[in-house]
Amino acid sequence: MQDRLSLVVFSGTVDKLYPVAIMASGGVALGKQVEIFVTFYGLEAFRTGNPQKNMKMDVNYPEVGPMMMKVMMAKKMPSWYDMLRQAKEMGDVKIHACATTYDLMDMKKTDLDPIVDDVIGVTEFLSKASEGGITLFL
Amino acid sequence: MAASASQRMILDARGSFCPGPLMELIRGIKQAKVGEELEVWSSDQGSRKDIPFWIQKAGHQLLGVVEEPGYARFIVKKLK
Repeated sequence: MQDRLSLVVFSGTVDKLYPVAIMASGGVALGKQVEIFVTFYGLEAFRTGNPQKNMKMDVNYPEVGPMMMKVMMAKKMPSWYDMLRQAKEMGDVKIHACATTYDLMDMKKTDLDPIVDDVIGVTEFLSKASEGGITLFL
Repeated sequence: MAASASQRMILDARGSFCPGPLMELIRGIKQAKVGEELEVWSSDQGSRKDIPFWIQKAGHQLLGVVEEPGYARFIVKKLK
C-alpha cells in the first residue's frame, strides 16, 4: 500500500532544486511518503553551507536563467531549501545522501546539511523506490 | 470552537507562491477540528487549480471561492 514519490536528484543547480522542493511539497499534500536520493551534483547542493549560498543556474539557458533568478528574488519566492524544509516539517520526507558520492568525496557527517537524514547505497534506495509509486530523475 | 464565519481561521498566504498557499491550508486543516471552517487567502494563480483539487482529493468541502482585488479567498470546511 506504499504511496510513495521517489526522486533521484543528480543536479545541483537551483533551477532543478526548485522542482525537487515543489514536487516533494505536492507529494506531502497528497499524503505520499517522499524519498529523495541526492547524488553527485545533487549531493554537493546539500553540502553544509551550500543550500544558503548556491546560486547556480543551468548554463544552457543563459538568456533566461539569470533573469528568472532575478524575478524570483524580486517576487520574494522562498528558496527551494526553505520549501523543502517546510515539506519535511509537514509530512514524511526523507533525504538520503548517495553513499558512493559521499565516499568518493571523502565526506563526513558534518559535511552534510542537517536536512539530510542518512547515507544509503543505491540498492537500498532502489529497493525503497520499487515498493511503489512514482520515481523521477532530476 | 464553533464553526461560525466570525471564528473562521484565516490563513493569509497572499504573496506566497505555489505550493505555499496550499501548504498553509494543509497546516491549518491539521490544527482545525472536524466541522470547522477555514479561509485561505491567495494571490497565486496556481492555487486556483491546486487548492480546489486538493480539497476534493483530501475529502473536505470547498464552501466557496470569493474573488477580491488581487487575490481570492477559499472557504473550506474540514470534514474528517
